[in-house]
Amino acid sequence: MELVPYLILGLLEGLVTAAVLSLMALGLSLVFGVMRVVNVAHGEFFMVGAVLAWQIASLFEGHPAWGFLAALLVAPPLTACIAVAANQLVLKRIEYDPERTIVATIGLLYIIQQVTLMTYGPDARPVEAPFNQRLSIPLVEWTESGLSLYWPWGLGTTTYKLAVIMAAVMLLTGIWILMTRTRSGLLMRATQLDRETAQAFGIPVGRVYATVFGLGAALAALAGVLIVPIQQAHYLMGHDPLLLSFIVVIIGGLGSLPGTVVAALLIGISDGMISVFFSPTLAKIIATLGVAFVLIFMPQGLFGKRGL
Amino acid sequence: MMLLSTRGLSRHFGGLKAVENVDFDLPEGQVRALIGPNGAGKTTYVGLLSGRIPASAGSVTFDGQNITHLPAHLRIRAGMAYTFQITSIYGRLSVQENVALALRWRKGGNEAATTKRATDALERVGIAKRADQLAGDLSYGHQRLLEIAMGISQQPRLLILDEPTQGLADSEIVDFISLIRDLVGEMTILLIEHNIHVVMQTADAITVLNGGEILAEGTPGEIRKNTAVQAAYLGTK
Amino acid sequence: MSEIRKSWGLHTGVVALLLALNFILPDYHHGNLARVMVLACYAMGYNMLFGYTGLLSLGHALFFAAGMYGMSLTVQHLGWSAGPAIIVGLASGLAMSLVVGILSLRTAGVAFMIVTLMFAQAGYLAALYFGEYTRGDEGFVIQKAARQIGGIDLSDPMSRYLAALVLFAVCLFITLRVVQTGFGRVLVAIRENEERTRMLGYDVHLHKLLAILLSGTMSAAAGAAYGLLFGYAGATFASVQYSIFPLLWVLLGGAGTVLGPFVGTLFMFYLIDLSSDISTAYMLIAGLTLVLLTLFAPQGLVGELRRRTLRWLP
Repeated sequence: MELVPYLILGLLEGLVTAAVLSLMALGLSLVFGVMRVVNVAHGEFFMVGAVLAWQIASLFEGHPAWGFLAALLVAPPLTACIAVAANQLVLKRIEYDPERTIVATIGLLYIIQQVTLMTYGPDARPVEAPFNQRLSIPLVEWTESGLSLYWPWGLGTTTYKLAVIMAAVMLLTGIWILMTRTRSGLLMRATQLDRETAQAFGIPVGRVYATVFGLGAALAALAGVLIVPIQQAHYLMGHDPLLLSFIVVIIGGLGSLPGTVVAALLIGISDGMISVFFSPTLAKIIATLGVAFVLIFMPQGLFGKRGL
Repeated sequence: MMLLSTRGLSRHFGGLKAVENVDFDLPEGQVRALIGPNGAGKTTYVGLLSGRIPASAGSVTFDGQNITHLPAHLRIRAGMAYTFQITSIYGRLSVQENVALALRWRKGGNEAATTKRATDALERVGIAKRADQLAGDLSYGHQRLLEIAMGISQQPRLLILDEPTQGLADSEIVDFISLIRDLVGEMTILLIEHNIHVVMQTADAITVLNGGEILAEGTPGEIRKNTAVQAAYLGTK
Repeated sequence: MSEIRKSWGLHTGVVALLLALNFILPDYHHGNLARVMVLACYAMGYNMLFGYTGLLSLGHALFFAAGMYGMSLTVQHLGWSAGPAIIVGLASGLAMSLVVGILSLRTAGVAFMIVTLMFAQAGYLAALYFGEYTRGDEGFVIQKAARQIGGIDLSDPMSRYLAALVLFAVCLFITLRVVQTGFGRVLVAIRENEERTRMLGYDVHLHKLLAILLSGTMSAAAGAAYGLLFGYAGATFASVQYSIFPLLWVLLGGAGTVLGPFVGTLFMFYLIDLSSDISTAYMLIAGLTLVLLTLFAPQGLVGELRRRTLRWLP
């Protein structure tokens, strides 16, 4: 196969990664932006979304679309409930102290992960996609008889993958409208700008925090539900996406929605591209070192205005 | 002989000129007050002197040496002592240890000598009895005194006090004035002060900053009569 | 003065007790305690930076693994004997902490935590990437023949225990000494109020860097000793989990106390040991402990003891 089909394949896979990643990273970024805390357990909400999706889908028989639809509607709110409970029981009590929150969410990470191991078990389980037609992608080539189409072997995608990309675009637009056009969004942005002043103006900061933490977890869970027909549900699956969302959020600038989306595209596509050409381990080494150096030498991220 | 001089010293934050082109001389042994309305650039200016804030332009000379590019901790070692506008002590350490930390880096100082000097400094400000308490448990006034004790225990050439009487009770202010008078002859003092009564009682000379620039300089009597100063500062009081 | 004497007495007593236990403990606990003592050295190294200097690193596994691989790879692939190999382990830890220190100290707070986490993650991935030499997660066994120093066979339980005790005593007394010197007190001052410390004439950056060097090298010593005494090196020891462990041990025992790291390691070791009999999900205990500690006992066991009764504990 020539280079061009590889590149297109890498681009398509990268777009799917970017779609899922931007949802997840947006959750992380929202929590940091408004609450000024880093949630290390964020990857576990992604995993819980995927595992719940499997549990819910397995209750349904008949066409896989029903089970998936139910999972899509139920898993994120359920995950949000877990997150809100964690917020009330733990984070609120330590008053969102930045360093203690990191330690506490590391604890939460292990609790959620190990409880999943004890209940759901160590196996990886798939959820069937609601629809999954294969689409071959034609390329144009110049032959003696002029321009003509041809279908390189192995170059293609599925309707489900395209749907994931579409869904992410719609959800991101939805969040953007929520943040900029609604009263709840206004409350969140006010709290983000200045907690004390917001409190003085009668904004229920406690409720805003709980909502944001729940919303962040729901976004991660949504990403988990969307990914599970492509990648199986497993109790350790939260680890890599957490690392990637960290990278996205740090490069995009914490708390910036457009920055997060651009960085997710950048990371998702380059991840797709790099892993087509290089060993995935080397790609990860380069990426993690990249994040460290961005934090050290450009603390505001590549697009953001504010550092950690 | 000038202990401290600045020439063309400036600090800009983006477009804001917090300190602009300040020429300043402080003779050895003087008590100098630095006054000015809020936002005049006083704290920024002493930040430039002590090295907490890097200068945008100009130079600082201390004891005949150009220290413009010297990091803050080396300026302290060269003989400056600095007290913060917002009380900055070690709340979870003992009062004694707070002062001992100010002294320990000195060469040849063993722990016994350090302890003695720390106790002396605490006695001078009148809180020696509380040496074993945690600094965080002291009253606000005593915490300010502790911070001053940390400054004078170093026996600096230049003691910079940033609004030391802020938040003190009237009786504590009276004690503070006599403490400053007591220090005359031991060290040069640069005092940022809002309380004009304290300034008039202690300062040999006054520098008035306004909008980041020097508006006037002179003895307390001259400054009192200066109409520009009255308009900019005293008039508003 | 008497407080200093009291604390030397107490810590010498602990070492003497551990020596006595060598002769009376049953095999199973004898082996466990040797392991705990080595891991406690790792915790003490971590405590130097986190407990005394106030810098929370999430990447200390990098230093532990640097010591372990520095030692074991030279034994395995260059055929060096254990003594010089330990020196290589220590030197790797020192070099690694110098590089990480210089770079990461440009950041502070949460950024420092994430930068150290990322460096350690890169180190872990590198251990996997060079699987040809490290054999990745699977790891490799260090041959019995190579585990000797001056004719003493370190795979023998008795000499292994004593070697662990020697390292433990060295780390314990170094910590105790550092804490009593001016240097240690300045570290505490930096933890309590960095800007004030700078404005008292201390080079804060240099002190922090020295603290990282000391902390990283002590962690590397523990890593090298662990590989040598228990005869195994693997990438698991470089993973995030091994960066979290010392934090957990130190928090549990008491950050900024000399004995806390040992007490925390001992407690956690047996907690996990007991619970892994019941369930494979033993890390649940670690998670719960972390959450409960941040909520209810941020001072840890020895820290609480100091707060309530023994104010003089270092």
